[in-house]
Amino acid sequence: MIELIKQPWPWYVAGPLIGLVVPALLLLGNKTFGISSSLRHICAACIPANISFFKYDWKKESWNLFFVLGIALGGFIATYFLSNPGQVGINPATITILQHEGVKDFSGLLPADIFSFGQLFTLRGLVFMVVGGFLVGFGTRYAGGCTSGHAIMGISSLQWPSLMATICFMVGGFVCTWFILPYLLQL
Amino acid sequence: MRNIKYLIIGMLFGIILIKSQVVSWFRIQEMFRLQAFHMYGIIGSAIVVAMISIQIIKRFHIKTINHETVVIHDKKFHWGNVWGGLIFGLGWAITGACPGPLFAQIGSGFLVISVTLLSAITGTWVYGLLRDKLPH
Repeated sequence: MIELIKQPWPWYVAGPLIGLVVPALLLLGNKTFGISSSLRHICAACIPANISFFKYDWKKESWNLFFVLGIALGGFIATYFLSNPGQVGINPATITILQHEGVKDFSGLLPADIFSFGQLFTLRGLVFMVVGGFLVGFGTRYAGGCTSGHAIMGISSLQWPSLMATICFMVGGFVCTWFILPYLLQL
Repeated sequence: MRNIKYLIIGMLFGIILIKSQVVSWFRIQEMFRLQAFHMYGIIGSAIVVAMISIQIIKRFHIKTINHETVVIHDKKFHWGNVWGGLIFGLGWAITGACPGPLFAQIGSGFLVISVTLLSAITGTWVYGLLRDKLPH
């Protein structure tokens, strides 16, 4: 059993387990699955700056902050006690393309030649970590949710605006990967 | 104390995210290059399981542990779903992470991702600031 847990989990194990988070949150406290709201609550708690969007009782939503703290804790436990996933077994074709586009490090979950403190003050690091993060935070709030809130919670509860948002997530991702990333990786 | 249960659910979710490598930048690359089924399988099967669960909850009027009726609010379409969605998609492909995985990556020891998270919080804040001027 422990040996099985220590292996990387296939999609047909991980996907259904993620799906079960939805009823778990609903039945434990009538909470709808969503993670990007936590970013809004952090803004409301720390820097509301008299912006009406951040003027609400964030403490009522503090469960969401416990939830994301749990995610970080889970990340720690999985990495340090349930075997470090190390190299990700991705399609060799993807590796070839990425090598061609300038990624060298395939040893971990993220390429250290882009995502590391040493790269933070290079143009490429700045674009990938700072600009990328900004787009994630701005876009998700503008869209009213992220992959958890829209793609999983929204679509599974038959909300068609969530389907629209999810299609746009994918379109944005495809356009970026195929037409923009090759240039960003050369920075 | 009543929030501890959400901490535990989050923890389990974080473990799944790492063990399935959903938090890997490489997995997101593979997905957008259509070179693997992994991410599609995860998101797809998660949606199916969640959908069946919600239908069961509704059909059998299952209550929460506090005996409340389960409420799921309807979402109303606005153009932010489209424009914001496209912007999020760009960021998703660049960072290789959506908000959940950002937290898991930090826990996993990639402390530099705190900068990405901080930047995402800033993005959310700027959205709040500009909200009235943006098309919705």
